[in-house]
Amino acid sequence: MNIHALPWFILFLPLAAAVAITFFTQRNKTASAALSIAAVITSFALSVVLFVKLSGETLPNPETFNLPWLHVGNLYVDFGIKLDQLSLLMLLVVTGVGSAIHIYSFGYMHDDRGFSRYFAALGLFTFSMLGIVLAANFVQMFIFWELVGVSSYLLIGHWYERPSAAEACKKAFLTNRVGDFGFLLGILLVWSTLGSINFGTLDDMLKDNPAALGTAATAAGLLLFCGCVGKSAQFPLHVWLPDAMEGPTPVSALIHAATMVAAGVYMLCRVFFLFTPDALSVIAWIGGGTALLAALMAVQQSDIKRILAYSTLSQLGYMVMAVGLGGPASAMYHLTTHAFFKALLFLGAGSVIHALHHEQDIWKMGGLKAKLPITFWTFLVATLALCGVPPLSGYFSKDEILALALGKNQALFAVAAFVALLTTFYMFRLVFVAFTGPAKSQARDHAHESPAVMTWPLIFLAVLTVVAGFIGIDERYADVLGKPALGNHNVAVIFGLSAFLIGLFAAWKLYANALSDPIPAASSRLASLLRNKFYFDELYAKIIACTQEALATAADWFDRWIIADLAVRGAHGTTELTGRALRLLQTGNLQTYAFLFVTGVVVLLYVVLR
Amino acid sequence: MNIGLEQYLIVSGLLFCFGLLGVVVRRNLLIMYMGLELMLNAANLALVAFSRFNNNLDGQLMVFFIITVAAAEVAVGLALIVALYRKRRSAHVEDLTTLKL
Repeated sequence: MNIHALPWFILFLPLAAAVAITFFTQRNKTASAALSIAAVITSFALSVVLFVKLSGETLPNPETFNLPWLHVGNLYVDFGIKLDQLSLLMLLVVTGVGSAIHIYSFGYMHDDRGFSRYFAALGLFTFSMLGIVLAANFVQMFIFWELVGVSSYLLIGHWYERPSAAEACKKAFLTNRVGDFGFLLGILLVWSTLGSINFGTLDDMLKDNPAALGTAATAAGLLLFCGCVGKSAQFPLHVWLPDAMEGPTPVSALIHAATMVAAGVYMLCRVFFLFTPDALSVIAWIGGGTALLAALMAVQQSDIKRILAYSTLSQLGYMVMAVGLGGPASAMYHLTTHAFFKALLFLGAGSVIHALHHEQDIWKMGGLKAKLPITFWTFLVATLALCGVPPLSGYFSKDEILALALGKNQALFAVAAFVALLTTFYMFRLVFVAFTGPAKSQARDHAHESPAVMTWPLIFLAVLTVVAGFIGIDERYADVLGKPALGNHNVAVIFGLSAFLIGLFAAWKLYANALSDPIPAASSRLASLLRNKFYFDELYAKIIACTQEALATAADWFDRWIIADLAVRGAHGTTELTGRALRLLQTGNLQTYAFLFVTGVVVLLYVVLR
Repeated sequence: MNIGLEQYLIVSGLLFCFGLLGVVVRRNLLIMYMGLELMLNAANLALVAFSRFNNNLDGQLMVFFIITVAAAEVAVGLALIVALYRKRRSAHVEDLTTLKL
């Protein structure tokens, strides 16, 4: 088969599955799952084929994949496919992790009433995500960007009968819209300045003339970054991600940990050539700030999925920071390894939740190590990878980011090292409390290991987590995105490992045998500040309520006084008054009319003859 | 004293004003009607005077028409007044205010 056809198959197979499920197999659960799983696994296999075939040779000219699609004035939008090492690797990540999670979902969701609907939405999501990965121009990326938002909305709200889930999906969608608005403005700015939306063309233009964007360069970069802030849940739009945990756990693993939230980082790397140093430093600081904030918030959460959600936020902050520090290759490397181990962590959490009949509070778990051995060991592998313990994949990618920060910005390096410490602390808090510490409720006695359909994906991802550091992923990213200028590696390693050891020690000291959290007892104000996520939700609610109140009052005032009174009643009143005044003239008396008539004639005559 | 166009026109204007005064001031429909006729004849007088002093018969021709039409108009007008009087038992304008809302 012609190799040019493969990307189209990879892209459209999941969509075909979603359509088929929606139209034909709504009632047949097994068929729905089989269709969806088969589609994503085929996509994965085709991606592997494509990867193997194309990795040796120089890539075909991306223009060969373009189909003319839309042409208005001087705006040409192609439906194109951009194939380079970046998108090839991302294809593998999305379809690979996606496959594992599709299979896992078959076990996790088997009793669910919306089973077919779930798999259809999962297919739609995979399609949209692959669309972002393969997009060759801004408009195409934006379309898939929004589609990803829609499918995320559908999946967060999968259990729509629960008010919290309904609220969460609305919140996620609306928060994303705020960021997407900036993204759209950025695209328009780039298009109006440079006249092209094609990534390849733009890259060439800026290579020929780096100042082509002129004064708009920083603004365009920051507006595009807004899209990333929304999608990758960076401060100040980070609030939606923890709430998105209302969706089914495999969804959290696939969308809100491994792939969709990484789309923002991917986009930043894709258009890295557009960013000016000023824009990059803003990006770096927002990333670092998000990493720190989220890590602090994670320390006092007690819902197992929320801990992981804040951890995801924090790691996304790392990636964004790496992009900001001029190391998109490091960011993509961490994105890839993070996709593996964070998906694994979420699936492990899902396995625990499944075993405990939807208990998510870690203070009601405990002692699960013996009951759920596979889950525990894979979870531990992922935790160690997240904490950056050699020789797991997380160590390499995190170390690269630390070294990058060390070379570029000492302050951000300090932030990153402190975040690494916090990461170890909250992750081992979770492990100690939920898995190894004493049992804290009866539920644990009835817990049993999940079925094979759920444990095999865990093992698959655990293997990936272990080996991902050795198979040269970083080299490939460096090939396409340029080798980042790293600082002193050894110093970074020393800091990274000592952060791990200190965090581990602190967690062990505080939580190894704890029955309840000691921090609130020691410092209740700090604990409640952290537990309530620095009151960001409340703050936003207040701000939005105030703004809305002010706007509503102003609108009400305008409506009441200007429109209703001045315009409507004014027009009516003037007419009425004039009418009343004129009515006085209508005496009904013949002689008055005659008199007025004559007066009129006299006036006319005077005017004419004057 | 030489009588010229001016004097005729002054008489005509005075007649017109008296007629108008009658129409506007008097309350009796018949009297008002007479006022109207007076105004018509004032106009006639002016026309005849112009005709005479300009040596042009057009004005006198016009007067004949006016007299004819006025005669017809008087017939119609008086008939209306009589009809009105029969219906309302009054020929005073104060009683005829049904045009008012």
